[in-house]
Amino acid sequence: MSMPTLKNDLAIMVLFTAAVLSAPLWLAPIGADYPDLLQKFAIYGIFAVGFNILFGLTGYLSFGHAAFLGVGSYTAVWSFKLLSMNVLPAVALSVLMAGVFAYLIGFISLRRSGIYFSILTLAFAQMCYNLAYSVLTPITNGETGLQLANDDARVIDTLFGISYDGLPSTTLFGLEMTGYPGFYFCAVLLILGFFLSLRIFHSPFGMKLRAIKSNQTRMVYTGYNTKPYLLTAFVISGMYAGLAGALLAVTDPLAGAERMQWTASGEVVLMTILGGAGTLIGPLLGVGIIKYFENIFSAMNVQQLTEMFAFLPDWLGKIAVTLTNPFVGEGWHLTLGLLFMLIVIFLPGGVMEGMRRIAAIPRKLKQRAVPKPTPATEEK
Amino acid sequence: MGDIILDIDKVDKTFGGLHALADIDLKIEEGKIHAIIGPNGAGKSTLLNVCIGRLEPDRGTVRFNGEIITGKKPYEINHAGVVRVFQTPEIFPDLSLLQNVMVPAFAKRDGTFKFNFWKSLSSEKAIREEAEQVLNDLGLGEHLNHHAGSMSRGDKRRLELAMGLIQHPRLLLLDEPTAGMSRHDTNRTIELLTRIKERGMTKIIIEHDMHVVFSLADTISVLAQGRIIAQGTPDEIRGNPKVQEAYLGGAEL
Ligand SMILES: Nc1ncnc2c1ncn2[C@@H]1O[C@H](COP(=O)(O)OP(=O)(O)OP(=O)(O)O)[C@@H](O)[C@H]1O
Ligand SMILES: [Mg+2]
Repeated sequence: MSMPTLKNDLAIMVLFTAAVLSAPLWLAPIGADYPDLLQKFAIYGIFAVGFNILFGLTGYLSFGHAAFLGVGSYTAVWSFKLLSMNVLPAVALSVLMAGVFAYLIGFISLRRSGIYFSILTLAFAQMCYNLAYSVLTPITNGETGLQLANDDARVIDTLFGISYDGLPSTTLFGLEMTGYPGFYFCAVLLILGFFLSLRIFHSPFGMKLRAIKSNQTRMVYTGYNTKPYLLTAFVISGMYAGLAGALLAVTDPLAGAERMQWTASGEVVLMTILGGAGTLIGPLLGVGIIKYFENIFSAMNVQQLTEMFAFLPDWLGKIAVTLTNPFVGEGWHLTLGLLFMLIVIFLPGGVMEGMRRIAAIPRKLKQRAVPKPTPATEEK
Repeated sequence: MGDIILDIDKVDKTFGGLHALADIDLKIEEGKIHAIIGPNGAGKSTLLNVCIGRLEPDRGTVRFNGEIITGKKPYEINHAGVVRVFQTPEIFPDLSLLQNVMVPAFAKRDGTFKFNFWKSLSSEKAIREEAEQVLNDLGLGEHLNHHAGSMSRGDKRRLELAMGLIQHPRLLLLDEPTAGMSRHDTNRTIELLTRIKERGMTKIIIEHDMHVVFSLADTISVLAQGRIIAQGTPDEIRGNPKVQEAYLGGAEL
């Protein structure tokens, strides 16, 4: 737990940037190098990195962050319809709008802590979902979802004399945001988002957030008004969610209410805890693991399973297929649930804790030889 | 008599049927060490709770430095210059010792809220050095980067004392600061408290250890069942038969 140094931060950023930009290369061996999946990694990475600023640092567990994801998507699609197919205004407006929503929802939810806070955020998100699904149909286009249309205004594009034949696609000054350019746009934003999170983690502000998580009562008697700290963290993480929502719309200009459903809120909680809440990299590992296996497991069907178990005797193969079938395809969530249970029970600190434990094995062996009186703690 | 820094005026507090504080009047002079003694459940901690805004009294007011602080928020009272060290250590168990002391130092410098998220902790040299200094003074200098939660109870108390001292409060409230400490650490703490007495910090100390009380205090109040039953210098208290009966069980001091 020694103090972070600037040199350290720089090294982390260089490594991180290199890893993200070269992801198509090193993910190729496991077959995860196609743009659609890479984009998902980056977008949900942003979502989780932001969520971790709230949950990882302050310990306040929001079950309603999908609301901000949805707000981001709707705002982005409206920006495409009314202003321009350029992604920059869409991204900026979405982040802003999500920030406004987060301020309002956070302001009220943060009157409570613990389980009551979680329930309040969940209730707000479900309200947003229902509003988007029915009441606000003129804005959200209800069940069908908000889509682009040929006769959209796109005033900025019109102003600059940009016109499209048929349904336009999103662009960055003419560069279409599909395939690899789409991924690299998301990747750059992920790098920026990660950098901001790194700064927050290693700033006095971040340390105060950790202190709130550790002992909020003490903070109050130490001279801190904790509410604005929590609200700031809540709004920042809401803005990250808004950015992720905007990017979902950038890669596929469509926004539906289901994006705000509680399962989507739960997913980011799972990803963060699975990887390791409160660590810098953990949430990204969680995203990687969940999105990768979702991709594999949810695509499987009985046909593939039968082929997989073809080496077994016929009757045994049938049993194997029957047993595994509920866990793939639509049943992928069952696998996810099991995985999550195992992690929470055996490795509450997530994958990061697992790696720390493995890293500590050589030292433990050494300690057994030469017992040391006081154990030093290492950096999280 | 010097300036009165803390003026507790007719403070009353009941919990259900229990009269925890009954009509307490107490004036503390600036720069002095005032000890509050009394049997378990006498209301000593409750009195401190009223002073730092943890509890609202049913009646009465507390003035600090001439200003009424009853009804103010705890963090406002802290910034006015009143700092409390709790009876059961209130620290940040998940942070390192150094961070535990830096957090109050930032409060002192930056106020109740500051969004300094772009600055790196490593560039806050002045605060860090001050924190190291205070921890060294309290004999915790070797453990700077240890997890506070894994320290012994006595170390936690000293850590909390460090967290209080780094804020340079005008009034420091200590609730049994040496409970759970070894004789050696107790003596060290007494020595430290005497040393900072010379800097003019006013202190109220609750203590069961009479050795500590009589070696530190300028004045003593004896609290029993929510009432102050005696007040005076250590010598006066030592000779007071009422005190011996109520609290010291008639034992010779
Ligand atoms: N928040 C509270 N709610 C209800 N009763 C309380 C509360 N705080 C204190 N009391 C009661 O008030 C009385 C005085 O408690 P207090 O903690 O002030 O005693 P004390 O003098 O500090 O004792 P000790 O020496 O054991 O620390 C006790 O009977 C206690 O049970
Ligand atoms: Mg007490």
